[in-house]
Amino acid sequence: MIENFDLTMVNWARAQFALTAMYHWIFVPLTLGLTWIIAFYHTIYVKTGNEEWKYLTKFWMKLFGINFAIGVATGIILEFEFGTNWSNYSWMVGDIFGAPLAIEGIIAFFLEATFFAVMFFGWNRVSKRFHLFSTWMVAVGSNMSAVWILVANAWMQHPVGQAFNPDTARFEMQNFFEVAFSPVAVSKFTHTTSSSMLLASLFIISVSSWFLLKNRHIQMARRSIIVASIFGLLSSAFCGFTGDEAAFEVAKHQPMKLAAIEGLYDGETNAGLVAMGMMNPAKQVGDDLDAFTFEIRLPALLSLLANRELGTFVPGINDLVYGNEQENIMGVTQKIEKGKIAVGQLAAYKNAKNDGAEDAAIAALTLFNEHKEYLGYGFLDTPEKAVPPVSTSFYSFHIMVALGTLFPLVFLAFLFFTWKDTLMEKRWLLGPGVFMFFLGLVAQEAGWVVAEVGRQPWAIQGLLPVTVARSNLTVGTVQTTFFMFLALFTILLIAEIKIMTKQISIGPEGN
Amino acid sequence: MERTTLHESNILLRIYRFYLTGFRKMTLGRTLWKVIIIKLIIMFAVLKVFFFPDFLHTHFTTDKERADYVLGQITQPARSNDFIRR
Repeated sequence: MIENFDLTMVNWARAQFALTAMYHWIFVPLTLGLTWIIAFYHTIYVKTGNEEWKYLTKFWMKLFGINFAIGVATGIILEFEFGTNWSNYSWMVGDIFGAPLAIEGIIAFFLEATFFAVMFFGWNRVSKRFHLFSTWMVAVGSNMSAVWILVANAWMQHPVGQAFNPDTARFEMQNFFEVAFSPVAVSKFTHTTSSSMLLASLFIISVSSWFLLKNRHIQMARRSIIVASIFGLLSSAFCGFTGDEAAFEVAKHQPMKLAAIEGLYDGETNAGLVAMGMMNPAKQVGDDLDAFTFEIRLPALLSLLANRELGTFVPGINDLVYGNEQENIMGVTQKIEKGKIAVGQLAAYKNAKNDGAEDAAIAALTLFNEHKEYLGYGFLDTPEKAVPPVSTSFYSFHIMVALGTLFPLVFLAFLFFTWKDTLMEKRWLLGPGVFMFFLGLVAQEAGWVVAEVGRQPWAIQGLLPVTVARSNLTVGTVQTTFFMFLALFTILLIAEIKIMTKQISIGPEGN
Repeated sequence: MERTTLHESNILLRIYRFYLTGFRKMTLGRTLWKVIIIKLIIMFAVLKVFFFPDFLHTHFTTDKERADYVLGQITQPARSNDFIRR
């Protein structure tokens, strides 16, 4: 069945979506995180009345404004792509996504937009308390926007609270609260926002380090670093905690993704967590080659991460693809059989309805309902197609975790030397400090690669593969728009970098 | 009643002036607004109109047709693919 699809078009459409999403994600986490830190700076100013804090708040607010302006509406392109490149998917999930995205538009966007102007224009023109309230509301509104987008994304990874309607070919929402408060959505939101706060702290560390290296605005940079380091340390701790929660949810609902990000081909009891390793590029699913050319494992930690219990079994890719009777794991081959029954009975139901054969329609629907949870597997032609790109998932995950381990040490070092009043002398720290923001961006993008590449081949976990989610378009159409976006995004990125670096080099005098 | 209307109009006028003065005093903001407006024009007047039509809304007129098409795609993709190649 699947061989009839043009895979080249699907891959271009995926590349375009990845390009757009990754570009969009350069701006979003900085916006989400910076709003909170600015709100803290602003609060300190209102509490102390010290004009230095006002000066500092206005400077970071200006940089926030640049990032917001360049990044705003870049996410809309993703919605264009849904309608054009992914029309089957858009149709099928419209009922589920409609509610969260409408709530995002109505509440979060208006909350954000209403207070945005007051935050920027309100200095000495509205009361200090109302002005501060507006700054906090911008932070709340920005993060509220993220809630609903992440709820939608989480639903694709763990499609709860829905039922498939065979007459309309749509997944229909049965329980809004189950969708909105699914554990995957909660862990995704908390992990995303905490990592955004971490990124914003790194941004402040980078810019402040540059000022200190240039011997400019020393007092402002030191104050900024103190708050950003404390904020960054707290965010790092929360990010680690929510990351652990996210991994636990992945183990429960997307065990193939967990196996891929750990490069675990054969399941183990007391499975070790790979701290560092290099994957064997020749390794294939089902062969006898070693998965790694070298690796350092932390004994039993993967079992603890996945099941919150030592001595437990963590399934590997081979167990999930070919099944493991001993551990009661159904293989993809069996799931494909069930999925093909679901697809076949859906076709039979449709034909029976068209022919007016009610009894045949009821019989087909009954059989479809018995197998519908495997619907997506019916579109796979071989069990190995259920495996995501393992190396990409593995390296992205480990880059993200390694950087996530480095950042709290950086915050601690900055906080310690600021407290000792020797930071200015530590050029070995300030120099790398300038680049910390860029490492933060790498960690952010790697996180999304883990989330999105790791769930392949699914657009909706277990129910709809990306190959069926797409529109019937020619490759040329998608290629054209891909390169148009590449050009547009490059221009916008250059604009952002130019405007941002110019304003940083002008410094707070330009307030 | 008259007093209330006058009071409300004052508030509206104050909000209007708040925005007007804010926009007038912008320096960097003017550049950023230009970037936003150019970007939105490119997105909505060029990309959306010429390159990103809604596939199902372009090819079908009713939801029933759209549902039948998508159902056809997921049950008999080979036959459905003929649709676009015609």
